[in-house]
Amino acid sequence: MIALLMRDLRLATRAGGGFGLGLAFFLIVCTLVPFGVGPEGGTLARIAPGILWVGALLACLLSLDRIFALDWEDGSLDLLATAPLPLEGAVLVKAAAHWITTGLPLVLAAPVFGVLLHLPAAAQPWLLVSLGVGTPALSMLGAFGAAITVGLRRGGLLMSLLVLPLYVPTLIFGAEAVRRGAAGADGATPLVFLSGITLAVLATMPFAAAAALRVNLR
Amino acid sequence: MSIWEYANPVKFMRTSSAILPWVAAGAALCLGAGLVWGFLTPQDYKQGSTVKIMFLHVPAAMMAINIWVMMLAASLIWLIRRHHVSALAAKAAAPVGAVMTVIALLTGAIWGQPMWGTWWEWDPRLTAFLILFLFYLGYIALWSAVDNPDSAADLTGVLCLVGSVFAVLSRYAVNFWNQGLHQGASLSVKAGERVDPTYKYPLYLCMLGFFLLFVTLLLIRTRTEIRRRRTAALLAREVRG
Amino acid sequence: MIELGKYAGPVLAAWGVSLALLAGMVVQTLLADARARRALEQVERNRG
Repeated sequence: MIALLMRDLRLATRAGGGFGLGLAFFLIVCTLVPFGVGPEGGTLARIAPGILWVGALLACLLSLDRIFALDWEDGSLDLLATAPLPLEGAVLVKAAAHWITTGLPLVLAAPVFGVLLHLPAAAQPWLLVSLGVGTPALSMLGAFGAAITVGLRRGGLLMSLLVLPLYVPTLIFGAEAVRRGAAGADGATPLVFLSGITLAVLATMPFAAAAALRVNLR
Repeated sequence: MSIWEYANPVKFMRTSSAILPWVAAGAALCLGAGLVWGFLTPQDYKQGSTVKIMFLHVPAAMMAINIWVMMLAASLIWLIRRHHVSALAAKAAAPVGAVMTVIALLTGAIWGQPMWGTWWEWDPRLTAFLILFLFYLGYIALWSAVDNPDSAADLTGVLCLVGSVFAVLSRYAVNFWNQGLHQGASLSVKAGERVDPTYKYPLYLCMLGFFLLFVTLLLIRTRTEIRRRRTAALLAREVRG
Repeated sequence: MIELGKYAGPVLAAWGVSLALLAGMVVQTLLADARARRALEQVERNRG
């Protein structure tokens, strides 16, 4: 498992791996929003939690199809399926690699972008924690979507349609935690729900994703 | 004699063709009578004649949810017991469910405009229905995207399972999200409860009519799918010689 | 003619839209069924 993780990380960080692309996308979203709604600080501060969460979510979506597509093309996915490591474990590792290369940079960069959007300082820790807790669920659900659409032509667009509705609960609780933090309230309740969703997703989705992969490899 | 005999397509075709006229007639009768009766009900003292929208809105919303549950059951049967008719029935039901969701959303919007003064409110119920509609769209899109019919049935089955869990989860998450901003229950019509008998009986009849209409359409569409599958199989055999 | 009061517009619009959608779905279902039936008959005839 460790070897697989290291291999995926190396592939992602190499040139052409698309590493950092999600981060750049996130930055562009956070730059474009003020152009759309106007530079007024109060408005920006009010919508900042939502923008940051939606931006992170879309940035995450951007690189999802790479989770399985490359391994599908060169056939290493077939090798993984016949390897002694259960396919569920391989899926989990792939999702983890996606999170480390996409989710983690987003989490670390989010406070900087929060400053750009006038996010109140009180909300910064909530933003960091809620993204840190929520993005693994985004990666894992994305791995499920990628597993379903891996063999398809034009799979990317379909995958967005399948994955985005699954992101609804995560987005609601994540953004709610930041919003409560920004209002000076206690965001612990949505955060607990968010953690619950993430843990449930991490526990169950590898099985669904592995089932979908097996169908596609048939 | 068990229900699994209907998993045999030949048996299903024979039985469904026998009962189809009766179900269709029942649907036409109930729906026709219920809608006419509903349209002729007197005006509500508060809502005026807009109460008549209820006879379409409530049954459509009910069916939108029930059809998804039926698809979930059919998907489970396919995934566990590999009965092709079951998978095809789930495929056949999805567009009907999507149309029901659209009807519920549209009539709700038209009803909401004079009553709440807005076409759309991010009320938990409304939002949950919008999300349900997205799930229907994704499900239908996945069916049409996968070429191999068995793979398509497997993948949509898994998606239906996961989607069901997340549809319910979203329902409660949405509740949490817009709690306190909106007095939820007063805007909703809980079917049968707090509804005057004048409206209750035509409403029940409409619900029965919508249900029978769904069964009729489901049977016809499943028969269509079975025929398509058989045509494809015969053509494939011809090509192979 | 039944009295609809001041809400005649919305009521008729809602009924019109819903009935049109239902009718459209029924027609689409029947057309698709007829098409599938014809295709199957054609293939079965060709097989002899």
